[in-house]
Amino acid sequence: METQAFQKIYTKITQITKATCSLKATGIGYEEMAIVNGRLAQVVKIIGDEVTLQIFSGTEGVPTNAEVIFLGRPPVLKVGEELSGRFFNAYGDPIDGGPAVEGEERQIGGPSVNPVRRKQPSEFIPTGIAGIDLNNALVTGQKIPFFADPDQPFNQVMANVALRADADKIILGGMGLTNDDYLYYKNVFDNAGALDRIISFVNTTENPPVERILVPDMALTAAEYFAVDKHQKVLVLLTDMTLYADALSIVSNRMDQIPSKDSMPGSLYSDLAKIYEKAVQFPDGGSITIIAVTTLSGGDITHAIPDNTGYITEGQLFLRKDTDIGKVIVDPFRSLSRLKQLVIGKKTRADHPQVMNAAIRLYADAANAKTKQENGFDLTDYDERALNFAKDYSEKLLAIDVNVEVDQMLDTGWNLFGEYFKPAEVGIKQEFVDQYWPKED
Amino acid sequence: MTKGKVAGIIANLVFVEVDGPVQQNEICYINLGDTKLMAEVIKVMGTQAYVQVFESTRGLKVNDTVDFTGHMLEVSLGPGILSKNFDGLQNDLDKMHGVFLQRGEHTNPLEDDKKWEFKPIAKPGDVLEAAGWLGEVKENWMPHKIMIPFKFKGKYTVKSIVEAGEYTIKDTIAVVTDEDGKDIDLTMVQKWPVKVAIKAYKEKPRPFKLLETGVRVIDTLNPIAEGGTGFIPGPFGTGKTVLQHALSKQAEADMIIVAACGERANEVVEIFTEFPELDDPRTGRKLMERTTIIANTSNMPVAAREASVYTAMTLAEYYRAMGLKILLLADSTSRWAQALREMSNRMEELPGQDAFPMDLPAIISNFYSRAGFTYLNNDATGSITFIGTVSPAGGNLKEPVTESTKKAARCFYALSQQRADSKRYPAIDPLESYSKYAEYPELEKYFRENIDAEWPEKIALARDILIRSREVDEQINILGDDGVPIEYHDRFWKGEVVDFIILQQDAFDNIDNSTPLDRQKYMLDKVLDIYHTDFTFESFEDVGAFFKKVINVMKQMNYSEFQSDKFKENEKELNTLIEERKTA
Repeated sequence: METQAFQKIYTKITQITKATCSLKATGIGYEEMAIVNGRLAQVVKIIGDEVTLQIFSGTEGVPTNAEVIFLGRPPVLKVGEELSGRFFNAYGDPIDGGPAVEGEERQIGGPSVNPVRRKQPSEFIPTGIAGIDLNNALVTGQKIPFFADPDQPFNQVMANVALRADADKIILGGMGLTNDDYLYYKNVFDNAGALDRIISFVNTTENPPVERILVPDMALTAAEYFAVDKHQKVLVLLTDMTLYADALSIVSNRMDQIPSKDSMPGSLYSDLAKIYEKAVQFPDGGSITIIAVTTLSGGDITHAIPDNTGYITEGQLFLRKDTDIGKVIVDPFRSLSRLKQLVIGKKTRADHPQVMNAAIRLYADAANAKTKQENGFDLTDYDERALNFAKDYSEKLLAIDVNVEVDQMLDTGWNLFGEYFKPAEVGIKQEFVDQYWPKED
Repeated sequence: MTKGKVAGIIANLVFVEVDGPVQQNEICYINLGDTKLMAEVIKVMGTQAYVQVFESTRGLKVNDTVDFTGHMLEVSLGPGILSKNFDGLQNDLDKMHGVFLQRGEHTNPLEDDKKWEFKPIAKPGDVLEAAGWLGEVKENWMPHKIMIPFKFKGKYTVKSIVEAGEYTIKDTIAVVTDEDGKDIDLTMVQKWPVKVAIKAYKEKPRPFKLLETGVRVIDTLNPIAEGGTGFIPGPFGTGKTVLQHALSKQAEADMIIVAACGERANEVVEIFTEFPELDDPRTGRKLMERTTIIANTSNMPVAAREASVYTAMTLAEYYRAMGLKILLLADSTSRWAQALREMSNRMEELPGQDAFPMDLPAIISNFYSRAGFTYLNNDATGSITFIGTVSPAGGNLKEPVTESTKKAARCFYALSQQRADSKRYPAIDPLESYSKYAEYPELEKYFRENIDAEWPEKIALARDILIRSREVDEQINILGDDGVPIEYHDRFWKGEVVDFIILQQDAFDNIDNSTPLDRQKYMLDKVLDIYHTDFTFESFEDVGAFFKKVINVMKQMNYSEFQSDKFKENEKELNTLIEERKTA
């Protein structure tokens, strides 16, 4: 821990709660960091000469005569190229056994980008997963979460997306990761030989929950360094934002704040927006793209966390188990990428939007046919064909284990159309039908 | 001026020990080194003023000094506001340095050295009141009136006024004499506190004219009046922002003010990027020329979010006093209410429902009441039409912000998740939504005189068709396609024709995105003709197949230039289709 000569040491704590302690001190700046008996803490309230500190790791065992040293600065991260390939904890200290990073100190949670200095996002990020690239294309500078139940393999999908996406740097912000998941990420990145472009800030379930609050800011401060200073394309992965929000509610509860919906703090929207809005496209090519995970409880998206997230992010991706094929798919109905219009058919093949819409419409017809079937009504020949199409579509395109180029996804789409339907039933512009409709042998 | 010292800090709420008088809502600057943090007094307890800081308080210390200004949050009103991008406190965003918004950086909203071509309107000897027109300058293409400042009380005699010519906003353009014989020099700029409504007009009648938006489901079924108020609540992903952008592009107004309040930054960037390129269909000029943006996106300081909607409204009132037709759009008022909640929470006030402050309904209705159609003192007219979006938590329309807004706004455009899911855009539910203006006798008269003598009856019929269609749809779902008489299918599909041809509209198509009123009337007549026609069908499958063809042909009509050859060709095809099936 950093201490410097001639620092004033306070030893008289007047009040201790579960997460905070208070003491008399003067000349202290708001949000300044402090060390209480070796534990990191931050100033959250100053009334006259009484300063309240939030101790990230909790107050268990903190005595009233603990040594308190104020560091005279808000939380910072040392940034530099050396960050690459390293693993850090929530405070930005290495946890991979390597040396401390030397570099320029930057305050975390810095100011926001002036909206007139942003550029409209316009670059496609292929992931190889057709449920994403074909139906919900991602764009640099976008922010989008996976809405997933805790039992779904979102960490695997995220890791895949990270490795396949064309990014200069990938920054993982892990909040409340189980140790197993942490090691999984570490292994996957190691094995892919991609470690040198990956930086991780990890808080596992073994660490105190309140520490998590620092993780997104740490990750995004590093991201801003590479995107702004180095003009790089940065992809930030944040998992799991629900656990981050839970940590916020713990803090606000211990500070005696009045909770709003679902016992979340009233400032939840602003707190989440401050993180997600760091996603940005700069005119000089640098960008920050954020892919997050928000776990749901029982698929409920009206809960305050997914609800506020949905209002902030540019779409959401839903994972769902398709029992017909026994695989996890990206749900084409509930998923949405709000920025896809900026790239599909422009940066990808011109038939992309039409193939996407036609396939989803036919998939919807299949869903209707299924309802009909379940209600005991007779199926028409069209219904039967739609059902068969849906099964193939799910297997060959929606499943998360698909990994192909966009052109190939489109060709697969055309082959499925040709196999089950007539051009009139698919309803795609004639010029595309002429060009791509599979020829009969 | 009063000075003070910081006595306590909780997030952006700061307690200041003051040495003199302070007023509620007074603006002060906290000195953090060389940086001046702007803040507003929101409560006074003895010698302590509670101030909300518009920027981050990181690093602030007890005993830092505070300078009070003696006035509330004010905006500068003068030529140069149009086409600007401001933040919630009227800083010109384009003048800010660097990529990031540095706290304490304040920029001039106007240009002090720019020359404007001034033409006098008033003559020496004229007697004017506050908001009386002295002269005008051309701002883009708009006649921007230079007025007697709104703060002036009583009557003023024009003593002298400069000749037509080029002047900066700092030059004296007129000298007026007040009732006590004192001479006052006037420039082209004045200041006004944003939280106070500008009331320098003669009369505010009930709205009596339609404001054309080009959106069929609004103009035809739920019309909004010029000077009216409306709101759009909807869960995320139902197209609130697309709809607001459509309104800002097409609505028939002289000036559009967009307050992006606590929403996504990329959405504002879309306006920045597209509006300078897009043509205004009425003037042929670029859309940006009639637009001003107040951007306080979700990551910008929370306290300034509240200020941003007031700033936008004040700018609208300023331009209304020039006799212009303003459309003010705010996206979203829920974020503003949340900002109020955060502050009320920090002040440890007793909370109302969902922890919102108790006076939320009063604050909202007070804000909506600033819109309206006005007769100015010189008998010219000016109006502010206000449409706000609401982002109900969990899509639940019973939450406090939606409920309070419902009491204040006269038009309600409910966006339905179900319609959005089935891609029926704009997802405005035609039956849940309402316009109280449609029932105004003033507006009914306007419709009969300006659109069609039978218009109100036709609208009522269109609604009935939709209701009946929805009813039989439920029956068909329960009893099965062949379990109901064929007439049921006929009734269902006639409703679908109204839905597909009138309600649904393609915001991304260059022709369909905006429909002028005469074309709306033409298409409604077509749809009603089909409703009144009896058809003969052999089986229920025939019904769907026939109407799908009808819808397809009519959609092509919607996509073609009105009364063009292609339009007429499609219309002919439609008539043939109908003739074939018509009951003899």
